Formats: sequence, structure tokens, C-alpha cells
Amino acid sequence: MQSNLNNDMVLELLQKQFGEAIITADTPYDLLTIEVLPSSCYDIIAWIKDEPTLAIAYLTNLGGVHYPQNEGRELAVVYHLHSLTNNFRIRIKTFLSIENPSIASIVAIHNGANWMERETFDFYGIQFEGHPNLARILNEDSMDYFPMRKEYHLEDETREDKDDRFFGR
Amino acid sequence: MGKINDVDVINGEGFQLSTLDKVIASARANSVWPLPFATSCCGIEYMASMGSNYDLARFGMERMSFSPRQADLLIVAGTISKKLGPVLKQVYEQMSEPKWVLSVGACACSGGIFDTYSVLQGIDKIIPVDVYVPGCPPRPEQIIDGIMNIHKLVKTESLRRRYSDEYKHLLESYNIESNAE
Repeated sequence: MQSNLNNDMVLELLQKQFGEAIITADTPYDLLTIEVLPSSCYDIIAWIKDEPTLAIAYLTNLGGVHYPQNEGRELAVVYHLHSLTNNFRIRIKTFLSIENPSIASIVAIHNGANWMERETFDFYGIQFEGHPNLARILNEDSMDYFPMRKEYHLEDETREDKDDRFFGR
Repeated sequence: MGKINDVDVINGEGFQLSTLDKVIASARANSVWPLPFATSCCGIEYMASMGSNYDLARFGMERMSFSPRQADLLIVAGTISKKLGPVLKQVYEQMSEPKWVLSVGACACSGGIFDTYSVLQGIDKIIPVDVYVPGCPPRPEQIIDGIMNIHKLVKTESLRRRYSDEYKHLLESYNIESNAE
């Protein structure tokens, strides 16, 4: 199905509405990707859902990324959204500092974000303000760190049979 | 001297003699009720062992016990994540004495290929294990061999293993309260 919308058109609408809050825009693999201010993220996602010409009302995915070298903006939150009526997709990125990784929860806009935000909190420690129950979802409750942050080892520290002596190294 | 079902007996005119512990051990070994705790591909191999080709029922294991309270043998087949660990421990604790544990496959024995923060690196970190069956996944023949080794334990161990100091120390080291009366 052909889309009723195109990247340039949507970007123009967003820039007209939000101006400086849209920091950068790109179209890798023809997918409109915008970086926005964390403080405006909630409003943008709410607006593109309610704006009748866009109707981007389906949250496909929500996740985190850790860029340890990115000083002051180490953690990213990435939203993938889809307009089912217009067959149009958009990706929204926003960056947070690792000292205060806090952003508004979008559960009030997209109920499906509930578990996705819990998962992102579980693995990256991003605080979603206003989330109804921001508890760990996949890892054990007693875990005391955020395992997908890159300063932590992927391997289990308690493993004993990977001693080099057993492999003649 | 003769043998019935691997139990040493003395045959007489119209009677047979043996010792009670040997008879009880033989009865236990030939009616081990397994509780399958199957989480992944090893579980599929275990199901094949239960099926008609390999037929665990030959060894008095016709009935899978899906309640730990009526089970004698806990068969852990598959990866156990750290989050699942307390559940497995609770299942073990609910089993009544005497009880045995068979660890099936590389993951249950050592964590296997899943050397990662979320996976328990071997179930013997949380519960005592009697027999380990290696393999990824082990074939049904290997699983049956493991069960034969369990049978050997059942037949040769003291009937009152649960009262021995060694066994009590073992459970204490796992922080498990003994439920032996």
C-alpha cells in the first residue's frame, strides 16, 4: 500500500509545531528518524497520535541504548511508531545523561508502553516518570545493577569451568 | 542363592529368604516416580525417553508426577535462569524424603553455553544433585543411563540416608531444611 504521507511532509509539520525541540533529522533506509529534546518527547508523541493528518497511533517498539563515550548523553531512548491508517513509520530518539536518566512515561498515551518501559528500566536504569509500576520485569528482583550498561560483564562471574588451566592456555 | 529382580534371595522348599532392606530398596528402585522439570530442548529429549521407542515405563516410571509431594526423582532438563532458581528450590523442598535429583544436559549441569548474567551456572548452586547427564542435549539413551545410575543409588544407599550426618550437612550447606520426620 502506498503511504499517504512522506518523510519531508511529516518533518515539515513537526518542525512547524515544535521548532527547536527537533534537534536533528535523518532518513536512514528511508525511515524518518528524528532526535528530540527529552523534555518535549511526551508532547511530540502525544501530538502525532492526535493530529488527524498524521494519526501515528501505534507504538511498535520502545527501547534503550547505552553509548559510554557519549559524554553527558550516554543513554538513548528510542521509540518506533507506526501509523496504521497512513502506513507510515517514524523513529524518535532522545538522549539522557547517565547521572540523571529520567524521562516522562508515555503509558498515558500508549498503554502498550507499560511493559516496554519496565524492560528499558530493568536493563538500562532509565527512570520513566509517571509510570504506574516501574519494577523489574525480566530479571530477578534482587538484581542490583542494570546489566545492559556496558561497564558490566556479560559473563556470569560465578562460572568456574572457564579457567584457562582447563584449556591448556 | 538365587536372584529375583536383582535381589539376592535364598530359595527353600516353598519359601524364599532375603533381607528387608534389599527388598525395600528393590521396590523403591523399580517404582521411582519422576517429576519432570523440563524447560527447553533437553525436555524434548526427555519426552522422547518417555515415549514408546525408549519407554521409561519399563523401569516402573509409567507415572509422571506433576506434584512434587508425590515424586521421588526430580529430573531437571534445561536451562534454569536465576529468576527461576527460587522456584526450582521450592519444588525440591516440597518433595518428601527419600528424594533424588537428576540433572539433564549441559545447562542444568553447568550453565552450558549460557555463560551470562541471567542464567544459573548449574543447578547444584541451589540444590544437591545425585547424577549428572552431560550433553547438549543428551540422547534418550544417555538419559536412561542416568536413570539407571539413580536406580543403582537407590538400591545401594542406606534406606535411612536422610538421617545420616553427611546428608544433613549437605542440606545445611544448601540452606535447605530437612523434611525427614
